[in-house]
Amino acid sequence: MTRRTAPGRRTAGSRRTARTLPLHAVLVAVGALMALPLLYAVLSGFKSTDELSRNPFGLPGRWRTGNYTGILGSGDFWRLLGNSTLIAVATTVLVVAVSALAAFSFARFAFRGREVLFTFFTMGLMFPFAVAALPLFLLLRSLGLLDNPLGVILPQAAFGLPMTIIILRGFFRQIPGELEEAATLDGCGAFGFFWRVLLPMARPALGTVSVLAVVTSWNNFFLPLLVFTDSGWWTLPIGVQQFQGQYSAEYARVFAYLVLAMVPALAFYAVAERQLVGGLTAGATKG
Amino acid sequence: MTTTFLTGERGGPALDRPPPAADAARERARRRTLHRLTAVAFQLPALVLFTGLVLLPMLFALYAAFFRWGGFGMPSDYTGADNFTRLFQDPVFLGDLWRCLLLVVLSLALQLPFALAMAVLLNQRLRGRAVYRMLFFAPYVLSEAITGVLFGMVFAPGDGLADHVLGAVGLDGLGGEWFADPSWVMATLFLVMTWKYFGFHMMLYLAGLQSVPAELTEAALIDGAGPWQRFRNVTLPLLAPTLRISVFLSVIGSIQLFDLVWVVTQGGPDHHSETMAVTMFQYGFKRYQAGYAGAVSVVMFAVCLVFALAYQRFALRRDLEGATTTMRGDGT
Repeated sequence: MTRRTAPGRRTAGSRRTARTLPLHAVLVAVGALMALPLLYAVLSGFKSTDELSRNPFGLPGRWRTGNYTGILGSGDFWRLLGNSTLIAVATTVLVVAVSALAAFSFARFAFRGREVLFTFFTMGLMFPFAVAALPLFLLLRSLGLLDNPLGVILPQAAFGLPMTIIILRGFFRQIPGELEEAATLDGCGAFGFFWRVLLPMARPALGTVSVLAVVTSWNNFFLPLLVFTDSGWWTLPIGVQQFQGQYSAEYARVFAYLVLAMVPALAFYAVAERQLVGGLTAGATKG
Repeated sequence: MTTTFLTGERGGPALDRPPPAADAARERARRRTLHRLTAVAFQLPALVLFTGLVLLPMLFALYAAFFRWGGFGMPSDYTGADNFTRLFQDPVFLGDLWRCLLLVVLSLALQLPFALAMAVLLNQRLRGRAVYRMLFFAPYVLSEAITGVLFGMVFAPGDGLADHVLGAVGLDGLGGEWFADPSWVMATLFLVMTWKYFGFHMMLYLAGLQSVPAELTEAALIDGAGPWQRFRNVTLPLLAPTLRISVFLSVIGSIQLFDLVWVVTQGGPDHHSETMAVTMFQYGFKRYQAGYAGAVSVVMFAVCLVFALAYQRFALRRDLEGATTTMRGDGT
């Protein structure tokens, strides 16, 4: 945007504004459709359920914070938030660590069968979790991992491997070979090079795959639904569904709960937008 | 041979005193074995995790599909292909396949072109485009469960936002049951999916558009090509790899849809929004017909596999070179 100051340019600018007016109209319309449900939820959370049916669009007649503070005041919401956080962090650490080792081997070692093995992992991208869900459930049951966070963390990490390995391999390949030679001359073994040279250099890539892993884990619904029957371990997506079932007549409260459940994800997005988008596009174009 | 670390060929025997040939060969073989072992050692944790929690469960689902089995103990009542013959006579499951196809077609015909249009719009120098980009993508980071509950209330019959809006503009007749009406439920679900996912595809396209060199469109402009011609003949071909990936993700996503449906309709009314994954869940976890659920899993797997292989063969081949398809071992 370089149009300001010089008067000659301003006319050019306003001419362009006129030309782009229809485009802006389209964007405003689409933007409104996107924002409306979210805005509706936020405002509805400040109303009473009675007011909600009398005054569905307008600002609340009186801004009641009771719905929000009620939820925040009870320990339940915070416990779900804690569970989601614990599971997301543990999944991320595990999947990134394990993938980094494998991706290093795929990127920097030449050995027979490497591409076959790599294809073996990448195949995992194509297949739905639902296919494995039932046997996985039985396996976790026999291992005693139901109602145990590991029952969600381990499978999530396993299903996250393909994407993470593909992205990390791409990044690891870009690190110049001269560095290896230098490190080898300085007496670094394979792991030494990986740990002391490669990982520090790949920090942006590690950030990207970590953000992806956090978001995927945070939004997972199916697996926690299978594994946690004990409400003490529920995560936010499960909590939202259960809350709606429990308070289905109290619209305003459900809206408040929804909004509060959205806040962490949206806040994380605001902070990590660049990494997230970078990861998705890298993942999508690389495999 | 540029970046290969520890190829196992480096650092041969000391130069001043060449050892006998046999020793050198043995030494090389030893190094190669060591090298290979190191490479595999790095992959071991991933291999164990992936095999144990992804691959074996999938194979077990395939095995269980040939048994009548309630899901307790090992399956023992072998019934051959009975589960599959039953499956393909089950109107609900045939409906699943039909609904899957419907979602695929709707996504490809409406959602992706819409995402592309928005990407082209936001690729221009427009005031506030960063805000629009953020806004359009934001739903992607919300879980399907949260999205589902939200839209369950937006489309609540009579009291929801959708009916209120239609009422306010004098279109009361259009409002109604939404998710509870068999003939509208899939359309409404598709609307919600579009709200949630079009921004993701738009982001992919925007990233792809970044790589379209401005000189090319400028050259076309000088040659007198109109905006449509420039888009059709310059931008679109250069965007093709991104489009192919986006189509792939969209189809795979439609095949495995579960969360949204489960949260909003649980497959209802009367199975009219049921997907393969929901059917699998119903039989496997609610009705304890694990063998039959296994058969559903297998068909889902087969649909994905056939699609993925065909798509790779015919569309993705060029884009994925070195990523998933080829077996090049040149170590670069």
